[in-house]
Amino acid sequence: MNSAGELSVFSTIISSLLLGIGLLFFVAGSIGMLRFPDSFSRLHAVTKADSLGLGAVIAGLMFYSSWWQNLLMLFIWLLVMASGAVSCQLLARFCKAKQDKA
Amino acid sequence: MSLLLFDTLLCGLLLALALASMLSRQLSHAVILYIAFGLLMALAWARLAAPDLALAEAAIGAGLTGALCFTALARQGKLPLSPQVSWQQRGWPVLFVLLMLSGLLLALLQLPASPGPLPALVLQELADSGVSHPVTAVLLNFRSWDTVLELLVLLLALLGTLQVAPVPVRQNSWALGRSWSQLLAPPIILLAGYILWAGASQPGGAFQAGALLAAGAVVLKLNRQLNWLAWRNIWVRFFAVAGLGVFVIVALAAWLLPGLAAEPIWLRWPPEHAKYIILLIEVFATLAIAITLTLLVVAEQPATPISLERPDTAGGSDD
Repeated sequence: MNSAGELSVFSTIISSLLLGIGLLFFVAGSIGMLRFPDSFSRLHAVTKADSLGLGAVIAGLMFYSSWWQNLLMLFIWLLVMASGAVSCQLLARFCKAKQDKA
Repeated sequence: MSLLLFDTLLCGLLLALALASMLSRQLSHAVILYIAFGLLMALAWARLAAPDLALAEAAIGAGLTGALCFTALARQGKLPLSPQVSWQQRGWPVLFVLLMLSGLLLALLQLPASPGPLPALVLQELADSGVSHPVTAVLLNFRSWDTVLELLVLLLALLGTLQVAPVPVRQNSWALGRSWSQLLAPPIILLAGYILWAGASQPGGAFQAGALLAAGAVVLKLNRQLNWLAWRNIWVRFFAVAGLGVFVIVALAAWLLPGLAAEPIWLRWPPEHAKYIILLIEVFATLAIAITLTLLVVAEQPATPISLERPDTAGGSDD
């Protein structure tokens, strides 16, 4: 496993940039969840943070770990993304059903 | 410095989430906050260099307990708002909690700062335990009495739950949720097998693997799959009891069979067979824990004749 010190300047910049983008998505997603008016737009904000933000964070972390750990992280990302999509649909269906009933 | 910041944040969040979970007016909010609390608790265990506990907390504390509370809430229907309680009625619980809390804090103060002689003893005896991970050695060899009783507690909890299990709710499953739960099943089985096997040399073991299997089974059951996984199935009953049964039988065998051990002691494995004994016990314990935890969350009354008349309604149409 490489340590941060062994990275070239270029890789460090790219990885920090990716980590920054990921964090930005998480912050934006959290603010969106707190501030957006209805459930659907809140779900939209949160799932963006889950899928794209986590993807950017994982891409940024990939510079620091071995290929085997990278593979595992990619797998985790896929799992989180897919389960995020499924649970978002589930919640949205529930909200829609409640909205239709009201 | 940044680690100190992280730890402080973690402790603060843990306390805030615990308080918020207890003080929230709506039970569903309390459950969500409790799940978040469990996740952060797992992080805290990981920070304390206790990955075994972190795994168990993440799987059971955050995952299964949350599902358990939610299904309980969903089955209970509308709850009346909590009634007003007078200050006299609140006084006794407050007194009780304060007494317990002060006792706990006193016990905490008396904990020695140094780890004591036990970790060194465990490491010294590790070669004879049959496994190379100290936590597994303690749980399944040196202190296996505790693990037997834990399995017994789980079994008793399941038996108690089955007495009050609700009648089955006929719901149709949703195509996307169903296929996602089916897609999740193979990786979960693979991961549970790995965690069970890894328990001999790394963090992991029967409880974590069983909880993971149970999580997968619960998701499948909530999507109206795995209809055979119910208490009426004789094999389910057999494996639910077998976790404890195999443990006790193996312990009796190691105790009573002549020639197996130099000095027969209850729940003491002969070193040359310890590895296989522990593996056997762990496999059955994993299955028992998985079945028990699954049924704790999704147990249902046996189908009544009325619902047997229309068994096709249980099938999964889309809407």
